Amino acid sequence: MSELLSLSGVEALRQIDAGELSGDELFSAYVEAAAGDELGAYLWRAEPGRPGCAGHGDGPLAGIPVAVKDIFCTEGVPTTAGSRILEGYRPPYTATAVQRLTDAGARVLGKTNMDEFAMGSSNENSAYGPVLNPWDRERVPGGSSGGSAAVVAGGLAPWSIGTDTGGSIRQPAAFCGIVGLKPTYGAVSRYGMIAFASSLDQCGPLTRTVSDAALLLGILQGRDPLDSTSVGIDGGISLPDREDLSGLRFGVPAELARDAVDSGVRTIFEQTLQKIEELGGEIAEVSLPSAEHGISAYYVIAPAEASSNLARYDGVRYGMRAGGDGDLIEMYETTRSQGFGAEVKRRIMLGTYALSSGYYEAYYGQAQKVRTRIAQDFSGAFEAVDFVVTPTAPSVAFKLGEKTDDPLAMYMNDFFTVPMSLAGIPAISIPAGLAEPDGGGPRLPVGFQIAAPAFAEQRLLDAAYALERGIGFDARPGGANG
Amino acid sequence: MIDREQVLHVAKLARLRLSDEEVERMVGELSGILDHVDRIGNLDLEGVEPTSHVVALENVLRPDGAPWQSLPRDTALAPAPEPYEGAFRVPSPQAE
Repeated sequence: MSELLSLSGVEALRQIDAGELSGDELFSAYVEAAAGDELGAYLWRAEPGRPGCAGHGDGPLAGIPVAVKDIFCTEGVPTTAGSRILEGYRPPYTATAVQRLTDAGARVLGKTNMDEFAMGSSNENSAYGPVLNPWDRERVPGGSSGGSAAVVAGGLAPWSIGTDTGGSIRQPAAFCGIVGLKPTYGAVSRYGMIAFASSLDQCGPLTRTVSDAALLLGILQGRDPLDSTSVGIDGGISLPDREDLSGLRFGVPAELARDAVDSGVRTIFEQTLQKIEELGGEIAEVSLPSAEHGISAYYVIAPAEASSNLARYDGVRYGMRAGGDGDLIEMYETTRSQGFGAEVKRRIMLGTYALSSGYYEAYYGQAQKVRTRIAQDFSGAFEAVDFVVTPTAPSVAFKLGEKTDDPLAMYMNDFFTVPMSLAGIPAISIPAGLAEPDGGGPRLPVGFQIAAPAFAEQRLLDAAYALERGIGFDARPGGANG
Repeated sequence: MIDREQVLHVAKLARLRLSDEEVERMVGELSGILDHVDRIGNLDLEGVEPTSHVVALENVLRPDGAPWQSLPRDTALAPAPEPYEGAFRVPSPQAE
């Protein structure tokens, strides 16, 4: 990976300001790099002379490229959400998150591969093929924002945006050794973001540094009249500059001691706790007794909302149509049966079942109450500590195909990320070190997750920045194209 | 647990047509997932308020008049599989 392609966004902007680099030069270098994508990470790429929705390049982001998960609508540019059912769809409008970036001078470099409709933790559920992890091409990059993580780690984009419903930014960031931030629900507009589970979906940045995440969040966040659930962040976001962690308390869930975590991941987690103490932070135990039920509640609530949201794909207004020679119902059923992949069908079935007459209270009602309990757990913890910390995922990146036959094992990847999603609070994953997978093999990145109270993103980013500097993670994958 | 009959019923509600093989697989997989999910069924949550949404917002109002420009009709119809004279054309709801 050339030096140019390993710069952080903030560093590139500094060089542009100093007249050492131009946005055009950086964009061209990345267009060339993206054209050689061997990871399957891009579904659409800007080309010289075919910039698509690239944007004008004027503004604080000075023409720097950005990769965008293919779940964001981009006017005139193919948008599939990783699904066959949206093959060839070119939206007539652009998502607010993308618009805010291009208005600030960013240029869209490409649309990144993802699990179909953001349902997955390995990117193996894309209708357009898997994404390979740039650290080890036999392994998954995580999901569902797998493409958005792989391009940033692999030198194919300086930074990207993704979406996180139950961990879909944080877990792939952890697997690819980069920073991933899920903002507070409501911080960033969901307008033009193809819906999976509307009460959980949130857009956020995947970046090489905490400062880059802060810079992008500052641009992305804000109230949007086109999304009535968006509220923005009071006071906005500035670049973090905290030097140490003195006076800050970090809570480790007591329940973590008996949770299933790979030994390498646990070792890095414990080393990171020590690092926090070296930086002047305090480690305390907190209790999140309902968090262990997060997966159960999430895999009722998210599929229930998905089954409703995905009812719109019926072969009438956009996307593919099949079985048009029969009657209307036959057309609906044929279109949906051919257009959706196995995981999407599974979740539609699960959600429809959970919402069906006779089961609604037992599943959906009960899951919503568990959600309340989990939010209360966090509120209680935040009375005693400033942050709650966990490993981002129970393991490092696993092998392609390793979990595809066992949906429940796949869902368990989200064990540490789902509770924050259900509570609607912000959480960041930063690379904390490298660990061998259980069972041996080359060492792979481990993510450290920090969660904060709702709308406390600035404090979260400041602490993550100080910790990032203390850890000094500087390992890089061999190179996506090398 | 979910059986074959229930899978077929739910598939019909969801407008999905599953192959025999998909039905078989769905019975096993959904049963496994529901077994796990059923753990929350035993929790005593009497009196706990359900959470449908985490943002403390109520009745978000805006001034009259749409804050956006509506899409021109042709633009809205362009991505449709079968636009027809300013409308979305679909097969007849009744089998012939």
